[in-house]
Formats: sequence, C-alpha cells, structure tokens
Amino acid sequence: MSTDKILIAGFGGQGVLFLGKILANMALQLDKEVSWLPSYGPEMRGGTANCSVIISDSPIGSPIVTEPDCLIAMNLPSLLKYEDIVSKGGKIFIDSALITEKSKREDVNAYYIPATKIAIDLGYPKLSNMVLLGKIIKEFEDFNLDTVKAVLETTIPPKKQDLLKANLEAITAGYNY
Amino acid sequence: MAKKVLMKGNEAIAEAAILAGCRHYFGYPITPQTEIAAYLSKRMPKIGGTFLQAESEIAAINMVYGVAATGKPVMTSSSSPGISLKGEGISYLAGADLPALIVNVQRGGPGLGGIQPSQSDYFQATKGGGHGDYHMIVLAPSSVQEMASLTVKAFELAGKYRMPVMMLADGTLGQMMEPVSLDIKEAEKFDTSWALTGTQMKRKHNIVNSLSLIPEELEQLNFERFKKYEIIKENETMYEEYLTEDAEICIVAFGIAARVAKNAVNSAREKGIKVGMIRPITLWPFPKKPLYDLSDKVHTFISVELSMGQMIEDVELAIRCKKPVMLCNRAGGCIPSPEDVLAAIEKANKNGGAL
Repeated sequence: MSTDKILIAGFGGQGVLFLGKILANMALQLDKEVSWLPSYGPEMRGGTANCSVIISDSPIGSPIVTEPDCLIAMNLPSLLKYEDIVSKGGKIFIDSALITEKSKREDVNAYYIPATKIAIDLGYPKLSNMVLLGKIIKEFEDFNLDTVKAVLETTIPPKKQDLLKANLEAITAGYNY
Repeated sequence: MAKKVLMKGNEAIAEAAILAGCRHYFGYPITPQTEIAAYLSKRMPKIGGTFLQAESEIAAINMVYGVAATGKPVMTSSSSPGISLKGEGISYLAGADLPALIVNVQRGGPGLGGIQPSQSDYFQATKGGGHGDYHMIVLAPSSVQEMASLTVKAFELAGKYRMPVMMLADGTLGQMMEPVSLDIKEAEKFDTSWALTGTQMKRKHNIVNSLSLIPEELEQLNFERFKKYEIIKENETMYEEYLTEDAEICIVAFGIAARVAKNAVNSAREKGIKVGMIRPITLWPFPKKPLYDLSDKVHTFISVELSMGQMIEDVELAIRCKKPVMLCNRAGGCIPSPEDVLAAIEKANKNGGAL
C-alpha cells in the first residue's frame, strides 16, 4: 500500500492545475485512487496557484496535502513556502531556470531542471509544466511515457489535437534531461 | 463496473442532475459553485433542457417554484450569501409542498464572508433558514461520487415527500476532482396528480399556494407536514459508521470534515486509541439514534466542524448530554488538519471522559 502526496505550486498561468490534472488522470489510468484539489481564489494570471494531488492504492481521506512526498516548485516563493513541509526522503522538483537558489533541505532528493529554458528553446514557452512532468514521470516508477500519451490524447480536446505533438515533445525533453 | 472519469464535485452534481432526469436549472453565479451553472449552461441546451441565468438569486428560486408547481424535477444552486437570498423562496416551496433541489456549496461567512470552504450554514440548512415551521431534507456528501449519487437521491426524496431538499456541500468538495462512476439511473418518479399542468377542461383546478388565512386550516397544514416529517425521520435517516464497534471516543463529522477526521481516526488507531466515527449523511433528519446508542459505550464525543460549533448542539441533544462533547473546529474558510483532530482525540483519550 503506497500513497504519494504531491503538491504543485507556482504562478497562475504556468499550468500548475493542468500539470496536476495530467498526473491525476495518469493515476486513474492505472486504476489508483486519486484526488485533485486546486487552491481557488480571486487570483488570476500572475497570482499564486497550487494544487494537491494524492495518488494511493487505498481510499483517500483528506484531499488536502499538508506534508507532501513530492513538491513541484515552479517559482521561488513556492519553494520557500513549501520546502520545509516536504516529508523526509521526499522529492522536490525545481524549475532552475526561474529559481536560482538551491533547496536547503539535505534529507530530500532535489531535482533541478531548467524547465522554462528548455521549453523556450523548443519553441513552446508556455510548456515548462510539461517539461517538469517529463522529469517527474522518469522519477516515479508507476508512470511512463505511454501512460501520459494515452492521457493527453483524451485530455486535449479534439479541436486542439495539434497541441498533442508540442506537449509530447516538451515531456520527452524533460524526461531525457 | 462503468469506467470512471475525473470530475469536479460541482460538475458531478450537474451531470448527475441531468442523468436523474432534471431538465430545468435556474441560478446565478457565485464562487465556489459556479461550475454547476457553467456545466449545465453547456449541456442543457443540447438535450432540450432549460438553463437560465436569472437576474438574481431571488428570481432564480422563484423560477424554481414555478417549475416545481408543474411537477417537473428542478434545481438551483448557490453558495452561502446566495442561499440567504433564496431563503424566502425556500420557505414558500416548503409552504406549498413543492419538490425541488437546492445545492449550497458553502463558503465562509457571515455576510459576504470569503470564498473558501465552510460548514457554517448548518443551522440555516437544518433549522429552517427561511421563516415558518418547516424542514428541508439536508444531504451532506463527503466525496465526488457521493455528490453524484446523492443528487439522484435528492430528486427522489423531493418527489416522494413533496418538499425542498438541500444538498449541503462546501468549497473543497465542489472544487476537488475525484474519479466518479456515472453509472446512474434516472430518479424514480412519483405521483404528480397535484401538479399544475392544465386541466384540459377534464378535471378540477389544482391549486399550489402557501397562503392560508384561516388559522385553524393553516394549523392543520402544519400538523400534516410534521406528520410527514416523522415518517421521514423514521425512514430516511442516513449515516456512515466507521470503527465504532469497540470505540471509547466517537468523532461526529460530515462532509469534508469527515474526510479529514478519518485520517485522524486511522492515525489514532495506529497509536492504540479506540476511536470511531459517525458521519451523518442526512443532517436533517439527524442520526440521533445511533449517537444515543453509542453514548453508553463511549466516554467522549468530538464534533469536528468548519464552523464555530453548530452541529455540536445536535450531538448534545442526540445523546441528551450524557457524555461530554468536545469541539474541534476551524472557521472562516480554514479547515482543521488531521493533526488538529488527532490532538483532540489524544486530549479526549487522556481526560477519559472528564471535561
């Protein structure tokens, strides 16, 4: 019985909620229990956004993540705010193109990915979230590229299928980083 | 088993309403329930239903009254301040014995309050809210799946007993996504021979009204309505019991608070503390009997709420104050953490029933 409590945090507009939604859908594909809870508020683009995702083999009680096993920090305020609550031995994924500081935690695994830079270099400046997702998929044994492809095919609306290729390229770039 | 899909609680209510057979929705946007209206605004026109964004909550609830008078399944939804505006209309629905579903995805109050989750409309939902002697059946889901299944149940109860039913959710449940199976059947249909559907010159007029100027007649209507309430208390009370068999401490919590409390119960059990939980699924009628029965076995009750302590009064009444009832709460849009609830359990365990 394992449970992964994931917290994704960044600015509104970075695709925090969408990243969480893809993770949740991947878990659903694997027949896991899953909950996805967004922070909601009056904030729009540029405000703060975060999202709790819990993936488990057993029914989920509280959907609120207070001690994440995995933090995905997409900006500096998010890293500073949440790195202390990451569980011992947990993972922190950091967009090192936007966050130049290192995590001060020594009892966690920190992964530094210049996601925003990779996304810009690919020509998809909005897809840093998908670059990070690629790296996350690589570090979680339950996930693989086939699962995310299947999820994206159903999550991206038919009218926007041209985005599928871009998303997959960004994910693959993160996976191979 | 049908394939599960990920849905927000608000969307699950909306889709379940359609599957249950509801084709009339009237509402006015307010965070954190707007997804219900947004979802139905897309779906209703495609299936020949009516989605109408009214000019106000008051207009919306009166449109609900109109459709309800024709015997058709109808709903509205809002969040706390909007529900207050609907109060008059809800009282009229109760007074005219009309079936309708009112969804309240609660936010912090009083006043305009905030937009974060809360359970502070418990009194308003269970004790009336509008004027006059009446009750609504109040359903309190604690998962997205239950938001779907209780929506169908709500239409059935409303139709069966000819009365307004409230779904009392909160911002967390409305906004969160969970896998949900939409293997949902249409709501059972009930007699609507009382409804205003046109006489075709073949029968006497039906009358739907909440005005009755002769005191003795109005009293009689109240008596009859309360006889119906007794039948509902007997037959429709719903709750979930969790690890109560050997419990010495009993948590009482509904909705999102019950989800948080379940984590705490599990942690406390790992520490060897005998704690269980009763989760009311109907807040009216309140599950008095199982709580009273437990009051001989447990030494302390703990009411976990996202309010300043409202349900706690019903817990005390249910157990006739035989045992101490502690309050573990946050308010104003804050949610108690599992650690807060665990701390309350440990305190109760240490005190062993002494206040």
